[in-house]
Amino acid sequence: MHIELNHYLWLSAFMFTVGVIGVLVRRNAIVIFMCVELMLNAVNLSFVAFSHFLSDIQGQMMVFFVMTVAAAEAAVGLAIVISLFRNRQTVNIDEINLLKG
Amino acid sequence: MALHDLLLALPITFATLWTILLIVVEATAKRAQLTFSLTSVGFLILITMMLFPSEQGYAFGEMLRLSPYSQFANFVFALSGLLVITLSQSYLAKENIHFGEYYIIVFIATLGMMLMASAAHMVVLFIGLEIMSIALYVLAGIMRKDLRANEAAMKYFLLGAFSSGFFLYGISLIYGATGEMTLFKIGIYLQENSATSLFWIGLSLMMVGFLFKISAVPFHQWTPDVYEGSPTPSTALMSTASKAAAFTALITVVLNVSSQTENNSNWIFALSTIAVLTMVVGNIAALSQDNLKRMLAFSSIAHAGYMLVGIVAGSDAGYSAVLYYALVYSLMNIGAFGVIALIEQQRELTSASDYAGLFKEKPLLAGVMALFMLSLTGIPPFGGFIGKYKLFAAAVESGLSWLAVVGVLASAVSAYYYLRVVVFMFMREPQAENQFEGVVLNPTLVLIALLVFLLGIFPTGMLRFAGEAMKFAFNM
Amino acid sequence: MIESYLPIFIQIGIAILLGLLLSGLGIFIGVKRRTKQKLTSYESGLEPVGAAKHRVSVKYYLVAMLFIIFDIEVIFMYPWAVSFRELGVSGLIPMLTFGLLLLAGYYYILRKGGLEWD
Repeated sequence: MHIELNHYLWLSAFMFTVGVIGVLVRRNAIVIFMCVELMLNAVNLSFVAFSHFLSDIQGQMMVFFVMTVAAAEAAVGLAIVISLFRNRQTVNIDEINLLKG
Repeated sequence: MALHDLLLALPITFATLWTILLIVVEATAKRAQLTFSLTSVGFLILITMMLFPSEQGYAFGEMLRLSPYSQFANFVFALSGLLVITLSQSYLAKENIHFGEYYIIVFIATLGMMLMASAAHMVVLFIGLEIMSIALYVLAGIMRKDLRANEAAMKYFLLGAFSSGFFLYGISLIYGATGEMTLFKIGIYLQENSATSLFWIGLSLMMVGFLFKISAVPFHQWTPDVYEGSPTPSTALMSTASKAAAFTALITVVLNVSSQTENNSNWIFALSTIAVLTMVVGNIAALSQDNLKRMLAFSSIAHAGYMLVGIVAGSDAGYSAVLYYALVYSLMNIGAFGVIALIEQQRELTSASDYAGLFKEKPLLAGVMALFMLSLTGIPPFGGFIGKYKLFAAAVESGLSWLAVVGVLASAVSAYYYLRVVVFMFMREPQAENQFEGVVLNPTLVLIALLVFLLGIFPTGMLRFAGEAMKFAFNM
Repeated sequence: MIESYLPIFIQIGIAILLGLLLSGLGIFIGVKRRTKQKLTSYESGLEPVGAAKHRVSVKYYLVAMLFIIFDIEVIFMYPWAVSFRELGVSGLIPMLTFGLLLLAGYYYILRKGGLEWD
């Protein structure tokens, strides 16, 4: 079987969808954040796939930046989760409901 | 990296170096007051830089695009940043969060916005968006001990990261469809080839990311919670400059794909539906809010709707109206949040009825607040009126009169909740004696009020700048 | 293309089977005496202490986060490392600038006590 661009794109779309569904249905803030990371990595996969099949380096360059940004986001996100946990003793977003939407 | 690039992109080079200076000074001296002064100086230098005409062109291998357009936008961001930090100082001291880092992070957020406005490449656009967003997550959660601030920061962070995922996927698909990441090359490709469905999916996903950032309906649910929970001065920055930055980036993207979106009925239909929903839902929901911060949150959703009208119009007149409105809206909303912060830090009063009798005790403060409310409603002769007029006029010119009619009707609805605050302040008796004792008017608020007033009386100068910004924006 | 990997797959399969077979044989044929000594971790292992789900000091997270940030910056060295001969001085100057920016962050952490344990 020859692996074509479409295979990568479908895999990336599938991973992205798993991430989106995870964000929407899970209730633990850490797990939600992991699902967001899954979405970003799904996008990275599609960038690399496009980059390879277009013979263009820009896509791979973008991946480097996305990874760095994801790390910075993780640092800030975990800091927020920790400060929340210290005050509330929970990371379940159903129990975090002082502000009414 | 030639010297020429660094000079061409001087505002961004300067802002980056100044950030490093601020970090080193804060780490060495550990004095919030000193960091505050240096940050203000940085903003002042940036604002001065924006007032002088400068060279335009591409810097760093077509990564950045410096033009009157980015100059106008950078002016708005630097001005908002300066006003926000001067309004923050007493609030932070009262809440025991007077860290020098606060000012540095505001400065970094502004740097991110400047990158967004000067982006000529998807990488810069994404990096700018993330620098801005990550800084704003920190600003939302900077009151570590406050449960509501924690919760607001958490919501803002999770939804913000979620939306950047969509934004990024959009970039990826557009890259796949056109084979380019430089914006003007994408534009050239789209002029020569017809857009594939891959491109349209990509553009839609990118739009989802943008709509999240400007809190347009149906991606607006996070806005009231986040705005209510965050420290009020941070909210002022979030609701104004960050929206302005998202709009400038949106205009950059839309202009470069305009060969596909112009006269495309699907595109106009989708975007005008969102604009109408945003205006209607924002204004209707604001009617029933008693908490002023929540009310302003919903009203900021509505204002995003008005600005979307300018984007739908799709003409230079529409875009320059958006730029002008971004400036006026930033000023008046920062002013309104500044007044709320001033009263909140003394008395914990947050609902409209608590403001009863403000005029009797603090006439000048009440006058300033009334001016912001009237300008937000869009009543002449204040800046808000000119901004709205230009937006709706652009829509009429582009043959979208019905959109302008909806906009005007929505503004009429908004008069109810804005004027309610004014009525409480001027016509009701205070709930208690010396209700507002200790509230000291910040001179910055008077300056903002003056600017909003002047932008209403003598709008031509600024309008010309906004118009020129669009004229020279992308003709290279 | 995919056929050329066949020997490797066969080898992986054999390795898994052999591993399962040998550990299975051990379970079925071996003699079991469940004394207390036997059930503890063996000589060089650590004695189990407390529950697995105990709280970790928040300082650990601080160091971990700082590690993530500085660790991930190394990926910008990769593209440079691949082509630094071709880039020459025009590649060196941006990388030095980048290093200086990181150094400013490091100085900040050091001065603010981000790496102090007590």
